[in-house]
Amino acid sequence: MASATNRRFWIVFLAVVAALALVPLGLPEFWRKFLTEILIWGLLAMSSDILIGYTGMVSFGHSAFFGLGLYGAAAALLVLRAPNLWAAMFVGLATAAVIAIFVAYFSTRLRDIYFAITTLVFSQIFYVVIFTWTDLTGGENGLYFSQPPFTIPGLWSVRFSTVSLHWFILAVVAISYLLLRRITQSPFGMVLQSIRENEPRTRAIGYHVERYKIVAVMLSGLFAGLAGVLYAIQHRFAAPDFVFFTVSGEVVIFNVMGGMGTLVGPLVGAAFFLLLREGLSRFWTEYYLIPLGIAFTAMVIFMPQGLLGFWKRRLNQ
Amino acid sequence: MFEQILVQTVNGLVNGMVLALVASGLTLIFGIMDVVNFAHGDLVMLGGFTGAVTVAHTGNFWLGLLVASLALAVFGALLQITTLRPLIGRDPLTTIIATFGISLVLQKYALWQFGPTAQNIPQPIPGRFELFYLQYPWYRLGAAVMAGAIIGALYLFLKYGKYGIWIRATTQDRVMASAMGIPVPLVHTGVFAIGSAMAAASGVLFAPLAAVTQTMGFDFTLRAFIVVVVGGMGNLGGSILAALFISLLEAYASLVVSPSQAVIVSFVALILTLLFRPTGLFVPTPK
Repeated sequence: MASATNRRFWIVFLAVVAALALVPLGLPEFWRKFLTEILIWGLLAMSSDILIGYTGMVSFGHSAFFGLGLYGAAAALLVLRAPNLWAAMFVGLATAAVIAIFVAYFSTRLRDIYFAITTLVFSQIFYVVIFTWTDLTGGENGLYFSQPPFTIPGLWSVRFSTVSLHWFILAVVAISYLLLRRITQSPFGMVLQSIRENEPRTRAIGYHVERYKIVAVMLSGLFAGLAGVLYAIQHRFAAPDFVFFTVSGEVVIFNVMGGMGTLVGPLVGAAFFLLLREGLSRFWTEYYLIPLGIAFTAMVIFMPQGLLGFWKRRLNQ
Repeated sequence: MFEQILVQTVNGLVNGMVLALVASGLTLIFGIMDVVNFAHGDLVMLGGFTGAVTVAHTGNFWLGLLVASLALAVFGALLQITTLRPLIGRDPLTTIIATFGISLVLQKYALWQFGPTAQNIPQPIPGRFELFYLQYPWYRLGAAVMAGAIIGALYLFLKYGKYGIWIRATTQDRVMASAMGIPVPLVHTGVFAIGSAMAAASGVLFAPLAAVTQTMGFDFTLRAFIVVVVGGMGNLGGSILAALFISLLEAYASLVVSPSQAVIVSFVALILTLLFRPTGLFVPTPK
């Protein structure tokens, strides 16, 4: 039985990835880039789902990990004479990881709303530092850099086109999804879910809850940093806005809209949000947030499971 | 240098009193309803705009203060009935997410209604007095006194007023209060209205000190969060002391670094408080 659901999962997974890989070939340039962007924000949303959906800790500071991953990649691309994809990834991930360890150590001592507020405050600290440290970060103007070519060291090097960049990012996001899925289904992931359901009891059974929470925040931050690196590679600029609270808020919106605790849900939520924004902002420019915010608040009240919540059991099988 | 420190002390106290007014509304709402109101700063902003528009039309600051408070009280009551009442009994985290959605809407609504430019209210109390090397406007002291007066009125109302006693009873035990015949849902709505009115009043008091912009809400929310946590969630006296403490810290820090960097000091104060005394700095040690 288990192998049957397993096989079904792989069939669906490969079908979706194949569809996502082929669709851009038939799309105009703008929508190709748009689809790639959905994948990047989707990865960020999935990364926060470990905390929000699986451990029950709402992070309002994911922009810190995303933004620092972005700036880390930017630093690597600016410092090295020949921009190197893997160096950018490595530095971006390392930066996000260091920040994640720091934030995790402090914020996991607190629970519920206090955790939410602490993560928010941490992300604002990084925002203020990046915004005011003009010499290093370019301040408000941000940093511009060139796109690294795709290289297999010693063998091959080719410039990204929009399609091949899409494939690359799709591959990274798909692998991340499999990793995240594996993590949430592992014994470690089970402990996280039991923390969500009943923290005192989890502690009473003998699990070191704080340690699990720290690792959860670090993993989440690492994948958020990866999303930041991908964003840097696609857009070739870094700005303090990506560290600002707006990004964290959008991540929470993705999760709530798509369905927390499903991994796929937040990705769908990101796609839904971005499409809605794209559609609404054509008529209402920046006021699109008024109908969107109302829809979001209504969903929190009437549909707390989100779009894919009804599928939660099957998605986690 | 010594004079600068004294001037910054006065500045810190003035800003602290306005912030205390914002934070006491937030802490009142949290203490009674378990609602972490992410839109609180946006209520301050809307209050400021409402006041600015009223003052621009009538030329009377006090009328602006009154109109903004009443308008936002009605608005707050409607908001509570439509969005927060269905959430009663759910996790406080749900309320923080729902009010975050509201704050997005309010911010863009203000942009739509009042435009992207900052609006100013002229200082209603003219004149300045000499404070060491600068001419200090009387209004700044006036704003602090008025903020203090509003908080004092709230305290007296909670302590001696009939409905104030209802509110305190609801804080202590929702079920028991309900059994005693207190209309608990109505108390919740009323408290949210009072909190919103206080936010609006602080917005109007703040407007002559600096301008009102549609993006100022988030800043106020963040500061009010910091104050409320440092002072102890749901603790009115603690919030006031914490507001003064945080504002003084920032005022002194801005002697050394730029004001935009000085906010980091209050962030660090918050994190240290949460680590070493998570129940708040200005509350008795829980047994």
